[in-house]
Amino acid sequence: MSTRSRSRKRTVRPQPAILFAALGDATRLALVGKLSSGQPASIAQLTAGSRLTRQAISKHLRVLERAGLVRSVRAGRESRIALDPHAIEEMQEYLDAVSRRWDQALARLKAFVED
Amino acid sequence: MENRIEKRIALNAPVARVWRALTDYREFGEWFRVALEGPFVVGQVSRGRILHPGYEHIVFEAMIQEMEPERLFSFTWPQIQYHDKERFSADYSHSPRTLVEFRLEPTAAGTMLTLTESGFESVPAAWRADALRGNDGGWTQQMKNIENYVDEKS
Repeated sequence: MSTRSRSRKRTVRPQPAILFAALGDATRLALVGKLSSGQPASIAQLTAGSRLTRQAISKHLRVLERAGLVRSVRAGRESRIALDPHAIEEMQEYLDAVSRRWDQALARLKAFVED
Repeated sequence: MENRIEKRIALNAPVARVWRALTDYREFGEWFRVALEGPFVVGQVSRGRILHPGYEHIVFEAMIQEMEPERLFSFTWPQIQYHDKERFSADYSHSPRTLVEFRLEPTAAGTMLTLTESGFESVPAAWRADALRGNDGGWTQQMKNIENYVDEKS
Protein backbone atom coordinates (compact mmCIF):
# COMPACT_ATOMS: atom_id res chain seq x y z
CA MET A 1 0.00 0.00 0.00
CA SER A 2 1.48 3.31 -1.01
CA THR A 3 1.52 6.31 1.26
CA ARG A 4 -0.37 8.23 -1.36
CA SER A 5 -3.38 5.91 -1.49
CA ARG A 6 -3.41 5.64 2.28
CA SER A 7 -3.44 9.35 2.84
CA ARG A 8 -6.27 9.72 0.38
CA LYS A 9 -8.29 7.16 2.25
CA ARG A 10 -7.60 8.89 5.54
CA THR A 11 -8.80 12.26 4.35
CA VAL A 12 -12.30 10.85 4.84
CA ARG A 13 -12.70 12.43 8.24
CA PRO A 14 -14.98 11.14 10.92
CA GLN A 15 -17.58 13.55 12.28
CA PRO A 16 -15.75 15.83 14.71
CA ALA A 17 -18.50 15.21 17.24
CA ILE A 18 -17.64 11.48 17.26
CA LEU A 19 -14.43 11.38 19.21
CA PHE A 20 -12.69 8.08 19.28
CA ALA A 21 -12.49 6.68 22.70
CA ALA A 22 -11.44 3.64 20.72
CA LEU A 23 -8.86 2.32 23.13
CA GLY A 24 -10.41 3.70 26.27
CA ASP A 25 -12.56 0.58 26.60
CA ALA A 26 -11.53 -2.75 28.10
CA THR A 27 -13.30 -4.88 25.47
CA ARG A 28 -11.75 -3.00 22.58
CA LEU A 29 -8.33 -3.09 24.20
CA ALA A 30 -8.72 -6.86 24.60
CA LEU A 31 -9.69 -7.15 20.91
CA VAL A 32 -6.61 -5.22 19.89
CA GLY A 33 -4.61 -7.51 22.18
CA LYS A 34 -6.01 -10.62 20.46
CA LEU A 35 -5.10 -9.20 17.07
CA SER A 36 -1.66 -8.03 18.09
CA SER A 37 -0.03 -11.27 16.92
CA GLY A 38 -0.62 -9.88 13.44
CA GLN A 39 -2.77 -12.87 12.45
CA PRO A 40 -6.19 -11.85 11.03
CA ALA A 41 -9.12 -13.38 12.92
CA SER A 42 -12.76 -14.02 12.11
CA ILE A 43 -15.48 -12.42 14.20
CA ALA A 44 -16.33 -15.92 15.50
CA GLN A 45 -12.75 -16.36 16.72
CA LEU A 46 -12.80 -12.96 18.37
CA THR A 47 -16.13 -13.73 20.05
CA ALA A 48 -14.94 -17.10 21.39
CA GLY A 49 -13.99 -16.86 25.03
CA SER A 50 -15.81 -13.56 25.46
CA ARG A 51 -19.05 -13.15 27.35
CA LEU A 52 -20.25 -10.74 24.71
CA THR A 53 -22.41 -11.60 21.74
CA ARG A 54 -21.19 -11.60 18.19
CA GLN A 55 -23.26 -8.45 17.60
CA ALA A 56 -21.61 -6.66 20.50
CA ILE A 57 -18.15 -7.67 19.29
CA SER A 58 -19.01 -6.48 15.78
CA LYS A 59 -20.05 -3.14 17.19
CA HIS A 60 -16.76 -2.74 19.04
CA LEU A 61 -14.88 -3.72 15.89
CA ARG A 62 -16.68 -1.02 13.94
CA VAL A 63 -15.50 1.57 16.47
CA LEU A 64 -11.95 0.31 16.06
CA GLU A 65 -12.31 0.34 12.30
CA ARG A 66 -13.52 3.95 12.28
CA ALA A 67 -10.53 4.86 14.42
CA GLY A 68 -8.34 3.26 11.76
CA LEU A 69 -7.00 0.65 14.16
CA VAL A 70 -8.34 -2.46 12.45
CA ARG A 71 -9.46 -3.28 8.96
CA SER A 72 -11.45 -6.02 7.27
CA VAL A 73 -9.52 -8.31 5.00
CA ARG A 74 -11.01 -10.85 2.61
CA ALA A 75 -10.05 -14.46 3.10
CA GLY A 76 -11.87 -16.35 0.38
CA ARG A 77 -15.58 -15.90 1.01
CA GLU A 78 -15.07 -14.88 4.58
CA SER A 79 -14.00 -11.52 5.90
CA ARG A 80 -11.45 -11.41 8.66
CA ILE A 81 -10.31 -8.65 10.94
CA ALA A 82 -6.70 -7.55 11.08
CA LEU A 83 -4.88 -4.98 13.08
CA ASP A 84 -3.69 -2.03 11.06
CA PRO A 85 -0.08 -1.93 12.23
CA HIS A 86 0.35 1.38 10.53
CA ALA A 87 -2.26 2.98 12.79
CA ILE A 88 -0.43 1.72 15.86
CA GLU A 89 2.85 3.02 14.48
CA GLU A 90 1.28 6.36 13.71
CA MET A 91 -0.08 6.67 17.24
CA GLN A 92 3.39 5.92 18.56
CA GLU A 93 4.97 8.52 16.28
CA TYR A 94 2.40 11.08 17.31
CA LEU A 95 3.09 10.41 20.99
CA ASP A 96 6.84 10.56 20.32
CA ALA A 97 6.42 13.99 18.76
CA VAL A 98 4.42 15.26 21.75
CA SER A 99 6.93 13.60 24.06
CA ARG A 100 9.90 15.40 22.46
CA ARG A 101 8.08 18.69 22.82
CA TRP A 102 7.64 18.04 26.55
CA ASP A 103 11.31 17.07 26.94
CA GLN A 104 12.26 20.45 25.56
CA ALA A 105 9.72 22.39 27.61
CA LEU A 106 10.72 20.60 30.83
CA ALA A 107 14.40 21.23 30.13
CA ARG A 108 13.58 24.94 29.87
CA LEU A 109 11.55 24.74 33.08
CA LYS A 110 14.48 23.10 34.85
CA ALA A 111 16.87 25.81 33.71
CA PHE A 112 14.33 28.43 34.72
CA VAL A 113 13.74 27.26 38.30
CA GLU A 114 17.34 26.28 38.98
CA ASP A 115 18.72 29.58 37.77
CA MET B 1 -0.69 0.26 23.71
CA GLU B 2 0.44 3.09 25.92
CA ASN B 3 -1.47 6.17 24.85
CA ARG B 4 -0.35 8.60 27.47
CA ILE B 5 2.87 10.40 28.22
CA GLU B 6 4.57 10.44 31.58
CA LYS B 7 7.79 12.24 32.45
CA ARG B 8 9.55 12.58 35.76
CA ILE B 9 12.16 15.22 36.28
CA ALA B 10 14.15 16.07 39.41
CA LEU B 11 14.46 19.80 39.96
CA ASN B 12 16.98 21.41 42.27
CA ALA B 13 14.48 23.97 43.49
CA PRO B 14 11.94 23.93 46.34
CA VAL B 15 8.32 23.03 45.55
CA ALA B 16 7.22 26.60 46.25
CA ARG B 17 9.55 27.84 43.50
CA VAL B 18 8.41 25.17 41.03
CA TRP B 19 4.76 25.83 41.87
CA ARG B 20 5.21 29.50 41.05
CA ALA B 21 6.99 28.71 37.76
CA LEU B 22 4.06 26.49 36.78
CA THR B 23 1.09 28.52 37.91
CA ASP B 24 2.11 32.17 37.67
CA TYR B 25 1.09 32.94 34.09
CA ARG B 26 4.08 35.22 33.47
CA GLU B 27 6.56 32.66 34.78
CA PHE B 28 4.84 29.83 32.87
CA GLY B 29 5.12 31.99 29.78
CA GLU B 30 8.87 32.42 30.30
CA TRP B 31 9.83 28.77 30.04
CA PHE B 32 6.92 27.53 27.95
CA ARG B 33 7.46 30.43 25.56
CA VAL B 34 3.97 31.82 25.40
CA ALA B 35 2.63 35.33 25.97
CA LEU B 36 -0.44 34.67 28.11
CA GLU B 37 -3.16 37.28 28.42
CA GLY B 38 -3.99 36.70 32.06
CA PRO B 39 -3.65 34.53 35.18
CA PHE B 40 -4.64 30.87 35.40
CA VAL B 41 -8.01 30.48 37.11
CA VAL B 42 -9.67 27.12 37.80
CA GLY B 43 -12.62 26.60 35.46
CA GLN B 44 -11.46 29.29 33.07
CA VAL B 45 -9.71 29.35 29.74
CA SER B 46 -6.28 30.92 29.43
CA ARG B 47 -5.06 32.08 26.03
CA GLY B 48 -1.90 33.45 24.56
CA ARG B 49 0.48 33.58 21.63
CA ILE B 50 3.27 31.07 21.24
CA LEU B 51 6.67 32.80 21.22
CA HIS B 52 8.71 30.11 19.42
CA PRO B 53 10.29 31.65 16.33
CA GLY B 54 8.25 30.51 13.35
CA TYR B 55 5.30 29.46 15.50
CA GLU B 56 4.00 32.85 16.55
CA HIS B 57 0.76 32.25 14.65
CA ILE B 58 -0.19 29.42 17.03
CA VAL B 59 -2.70 30.23 19.74
CA PHE B 60 -2.14 28.61 23.14
CA GLU B 61 -5.35 27.71 24.92
CA ALA B 62 -5.75 25.87 28.20
CA MET B 63 -8.82 25.17 30.32
CA ILE B 64 -7.60 25.11 33.91
CA GLN B 65 -8.87 22.07 35.80
CA GLU B 66 -7.15 21.89 39.17
CA MET B 67 -4.79 24.01 41.24
CA GLU B 68 -3.93 22.25 44.47
CA PRO B 69 -1.13 24.43 45.90
CA GLU B 70 2.34 22.89 45.63
CA ARG B 71 0.84 19.52 44.70
CA LEU B 72 -1.17 19.47 41.49
CA PHE B 73 -1.74 21.76 38.54
CA SER B 74 -3.81 20.47 35.63
CA PHE B 75 -5.45 21.71 32.49
CA THR B 76 -6.92 20.40 29.24
CA TRP B 77 -5.81 21.74 25.91
CA PRO B 78 -6.65 21.08 22.28
CA GLN B 79 -4.45 18.99 20.06
CA ILE B 80 -3.29 20.98 17.08
CA GLN B 81 -3.81 19.35 13.71
CA TYR B 82 -1.53 21.59 11.66
CA HIS B 83 1.32 23.58 13.11
CA ASP B 84 2.37 25.27 9.89
CA LYS B 85 1.16 28.80 9.27
CA GLU B 86 -0.65 28.01 6.02
CA ARG B 87 -2.96 25.41 7.49
CA PHE B 88 -3.14 26.32 11.17
CA SER B 89 -6.59 27.16 12.53
CA ALA B 90 -7.26 28.71 15.93
CA ASP B 91 -10.79 27.31 15.96
CA TYR B 92 -10.39 24.54 18.50
CA SER B 93 -14.11 23.90 18.99
CA HIS B 94 -13.87 20.48 17.30
CA SER B 95 -10.34 19.64 18.38
CA PRO B 96 -9.74 16.62 20.56
CA ARG B 97 -8.44 17.65 23.97
CA THR B 98 -5.89 16.02 26.21
CA LEU B 99 -5.37 16.39 29.96
CA VAL B 100 -2.04 17.75 31.20
CA GLU B 101 -1.14 17.19 34.85
CA PHE B 102 1.85 18.45 36.79
CA ARG B 103 2.40 16.72 40.14
CA LEU B 104 4.94 18.02 42.62
CA GLU B 105 6.60 16.12 45.45
CA PRO B 106 9.20 17.56 47.79
CA THR B 107 12.54 15.72 47.84
CA ALA B 108 15.78 16.23 49.76
CA ALA B 109 17.28 18.00 46.75
CA GLY B 110 14.17 19.98 45.84
CA THR B 111 11.23 18.76 43.80
CA MET B 112 10.25 15.68 41.87
CA LEU B 113 7.98 16.83 39.07
CA THR B 114 5.79 14.33 37.26
CA LEU B 115 4.14 15.40 34.06
CA THR B 116 1.42 13.34 32.44
CA GLU B 117 -0.55 14.01 29.31
CA SER B 118 -3.45 11.65 28.63
CA GLY B 119 -6.48 11.30 26.40
CA PHE B 120 -4.68 10.73 23.12
CA GLU B 121 -7.19 8.00 22.22
CA SER B 122 -9.54 10.83 21.34
CA VAL B 123 -7.22 11.95 18.53
CA PRO B 124 -8.50 10.31 15.31
CA ALA B 125 -6.05 8.41 13.13
CA ALA B 126 -6.48 10.74 10.17
CA TRP B 127 -5.58 13.65 12.38
CA ARG B 128 -2.47 12.06 13.79
CA ALA B 129 -1.19 11.33 10.30
CA ASP B 130 -1.80 14.90 9.19
CA ALA B 131 -0.28 16.37 12.30
CA LEU B 132 2.87 14.34 11.75
CA ARG B 133 3.16 15.25 8.11
CA GLY B 134 2.88 18.92 8.99
CA ASN B 135 5.42 18.64 11.75
CA ASP B 136 8.56 17.34 10.12
CA GLY B 137 10.17 20.67 9.30
CA GLY B 138 8.96 22.07 12.59
CA TRP B 139 10.70 19.49 14.70
CA THR B 140 14.03 19.94 13.00
CA GLN B 141 13.74 23.62 13.85
CA GLN B 142 12.73 22.82 17.42
CA MET B 143 15.75 20.60 17.89
CA LYS B 144 17.94 23.44 16.66
CA ASN B 145 16.30 25.83 19.11
CA ILE B 146 17.08 23.59 22.02
CA GLU B 147 20.64 23.03 20.84
CA ASN B 148 21.20 26.76 20.60
CA TYR B 149 19.63 27.26 23.99
CA VAL B 150 21.80 24.63 25.65
CA ASP B 151 24.90 26.03 23.95
CA GLU B 152 24.12 29.50 25.20
CA LYS B 153 23.70 28.20 28.72
CA SER B 154 26.94 26.22 28.83
